[in-house]
Amino acid sequence: MIKAILIFNNHGKPRLSKFYQPYSEDTQQQIIRETFHLVSKRDENVCNFLEGGLLIGGSDNKLIYRHYATLYFVFCVDSSESELGILDLIQVFVETLDKCFENVCELDLIFHVDKVHNILAEMVMGGMVLETNMNEIVTQIEAQNKLEKSETFIFQSPRQDR
Amino acid sequence: MVASSSSLKLQDLIQEIREAKTQAQEREVIQKECAHIRASFRDGDPLHRHRQLAKLLYVHLLGYPAHFGQMECLKLIASPRFTDKRVGYLGAMLLLDERQDAHLLITNSIKTDLSQGIQAVQGLALCTLSATGSAEMCRDLATEVEKLLLQPSAYVRKKAVLTAVHMIRKVPELSDIFLPPCAQLLHEHHHGILLGTITLITELCERSPAALKHFRKMVPQLVHILRTLVTTGYSKEHSISGVSDPFLQVQILRLLRILGRNHEESSETMNDLLAQVATNTDTSRNAGNAVLFETVLTIMDIRSAAGLRVLAVNILGRFLLNTDRNIRYVALTSLLRLVQSDHSAVQRHRPTVVECLREPDGSLSRRALELSLALVNSSNVQAMIQELQGFLESCPPDLQADCASGILLAAERFAPTKRWHIDTTLRVLTTAGTHVRDDAVASLTQLIGGAQELHAYSVRRLYSALAEDLSQQPLVQAATWCIGEYGDLLLEGSCEETEPLQVEEEEVLALLERVLQSHMSLPATRGYALTALVKLSTRLRGDNNRIRQVVSIYRSCLDVELQQRAVEYNTLFQKYDHVRAAILEKIPLVERGGSQVDEEAKESKETAQLSEAAPVPTEPQASKLLDLLDLLDGPSGDAQHPRPLDPTPGSALIHLLNLPCAPPPPAPIPNLKVFEREGLQLDLSFVRPPGTPTLLLITVTATNTSGGDVTHFICQAAVPKSFQLQLQAPSGDTVPAQGGLPMTQLLRILNPKKAPLRLKLRLTYNHFGQSVQEIFEVNNLPVEAWQ
Repeated sequence: MIKAILIFNNHGKPRLSKFYQPYSEDTQQQIIRETFHLVSKRDENVCNFLEGGLLIGGSDNKLIYRHYATLYFVFCVDSSESELGILDLIQVFVETLDKCFENVCELDLIFHVDKVHNILAEMVMGGMVLETNMNEIVTQIEAQNKLEKSETFIFQSPRQDR
Repeated sequence: MVASSSSLKLQDLIQEIREAKTQAQEREVIQKECAHIRASFRDGDPLHRHRQLAKLLYVHLLGYPAHFGQMECLKLIASPRFTDKRVGYLGAMLLLDERQDAHLLITNSIKTDLSQGIQAVQGLALCTLSATGSAEMCRDLATEVEKLLLQPSAYVRKKAVLTAVHMIRKVPELSDIFLPPCAQLLHEHHHGILLGTITLITELCERSPAALKHFRKMVPQLVHILRTLVTTGYSKEHSISGVSDPFLQVQILRLLRILGRNHEESSETMNDLLAQVATNTDTSRNAGNAVLFETVLTIMDIRSAAGLRVLAVNILGRFLLNTDRNIRYVALTSLLRLVQSDHSAVQRHRPTVVECLREPDGSLSRRALELSLALVNSSNVQAMIQELQGFLESCPPDLQADCASGILLAAERFAPTKRWHIDTTLRVLTTAGTHVRDDAVASLTQLIGGAQELHAYSVRRLYSALAEDLSQQPLVQAATWCIGEYGDLLLEGSCEETEPLQVEEEEVLALLERVLQSHMSLPATRGYALTALVKLSTRLRGDNNRIRQVVSIYRSCLDVELQQRAVEYNTLFQKYDHVRAAILEKIPLVERGGSQVDEEAKESKETAQLSEAAPVPTEPQASKLLDLLDLLDGPSGDAQHPRPLDPTPGSALIHLLNLPCAPPPPAPIPNLKVFEREGLQLDLSFVRPPGTPTLLLITVTATNTSGGDVTHFICQAAVPKSFQLQLQAPSGDTVPAQGGLPMTQLLRILNPKKAPLRLKLRLTYNHFGQSVQEIFEVNNLPVEAWQ
């Protein structure tokens, strides 16, 4: 099971945080800080796995992370997940973001964090992997965005009549 | 109504926050905006509610409070618009976990959306349910989700399946509902549904042996699905680096592992396929390796053919040599899982594992350490410990504790000779003394005590080690104990096994005195040293003047434990000299599993009363009171309790007089009134005795001007960790009414770090027929109390 998914930049500023187990707000922030502390200390050419910090559940959990330019993508998982599989999952996630935002960069994540949540929700649900086919995900997201757009359009019409 | 013009759009808010140059500025912007958002929520503007909530969720990400948006999530979820629901459900997942009161209120909305919503809306509802659904909600909505498993839309079905997994985790009885549909779901072609189904079946099998038996019938089908995936040519849809849907493959392999465990027939069925995957998978990319690892683990866990097992372990061995560190990490992890069941197979790779100890990568060396320790056996123990000792000398500090205790444990289990054992322990204590467990000293003394032929050897080696380095406390403790016991062997005769060592009596005494005086020595260590000195008085041939002098000095030591010992030993020299020799004879061997010693060590590290064999009166009241005083949080203090004495006031006073502490001289520090309730008043008066700058004496005085007596009065105190606190027994536990005789209690506080004093008090008493409990921190403590 995936316990948490965190994205933060090289200075530790959180860009996305999703927890699949209930933690209080304070604990969540502490976990983000602790994870950043652990991950930022790592060299460039070491493995992508870290034993988890004290806060997010102790020795059974691992941090699996990838560093892309200015962003760290960190998945905190328990021992039932395949480590190499999660690495691939992170890659699929990033590639999907790339497809939805067209050459995604940190600014996209900053200004559209709700969209990132929506994309993530199509891939991971309740801490389990839902869908890994990029095309399926992108199709769904586009359909939902269209739905949203159609609603705002309807709402604006009455005012135009005034 | 248009939203107030000073309220920002989400993008603008983000922009403004980014432009803030300092944390304070950012806080200001956010607080201003939150005020607008709160106003907007109050005014109930439905048009822009989703935008307001989106902004709130953004500041929540940054760590600012957002709980006032919880009810808005509910309103948005209930709205008919998809835009509103989308943000509302997201907000529910972020703000409304199951510990919030408002959590249950979304149940109805979810129910409606599940049964009547369009696909996208059903998807939102399922997502939220699987993320934060509580047990109650799951029970309520189980049938809705079950219906959705048969929906025509693949999108909804795959989400429903995963939601079912969550529901089973929360409410295991629901397994009965979700088991039957699985058979049909396995026939699906849609990979998303298949993935979810395999996850669901895995969860069911892990929870119930009956389900496990039921699903074993599906092994052939699972094998078929996997085979199709493996042999299908390149299909763009689900492939990652040329491997068809590795996620699904890994899930199926994991399920096969569970089904084939301890079951010949199932294992038989999967054998060929596993062999095929193990040999044909492309290992040039990560995806292939992920599948291969899972295959290896499955092969090792089921009843597979011997040849296949050998193949699997060899694959792991190969991966240990891979240049990719991720692969090596996973290889080490997998080998660790196999080391119990296939010990000899893993042993073959021992040299490579030991190589990995030298990795600069902390994650890898940690795994290598665990695996190395697991591979130690009686035939390789000396070589392995040699390697591990080398590792201990250079490993990162967070691994030192594990490495040290691992070495000591392995030494205990497999030591070929006692002398080797002593040497190894000595080396560990010298290298990483500060990281060993508390019982290491006890073990060493036990070990030496039991090896009579090695007494001379041990004492000489420990003496040399001690002479070089006084800082490693466990080493110092063990060495002083040894010198105390076997000091005579140190001085006379020669020992063939060590270099010739000429030691004079005076040198030995001087060394022990250095230990006593060193600021690096813990109180417990000093205790050891003092006792060792006294023992030497019967072992050495010279006169005992020097020893008597030192013991005499410590009779007025501030540390009460040392003081007590010194006084007792002094008495031993004076009044009871005739029995001194008998008392200080060599100790007979202590039985292992001496519970007294171990429990004391665990209870308090700072004041560890690691006496050799004499049982120390344990204080069960201490731990119970400490539990009670867990309420005293904040500056987590070391709560103390009055010494267990006779409760009568008379004897308490006598005890006060017995203690050689000077009566507090009148002090210029002003008194402080700290508590007042219904006539009961508590005052504190402070005294700083002139000779001891770190000592503070506080007298708590309780007076009662009300009409009723205060009875069963207990006052407890707590201070921050850097302080040492002793409460002496109170003068009584009743404060009589109408201004009767006040009750007093003395607190002794040692403040070696001169830190600002913080004090929390806990009072319990009966007054006017009611029992009262008060906990409070004392404010306005005068600075003269601690500066």
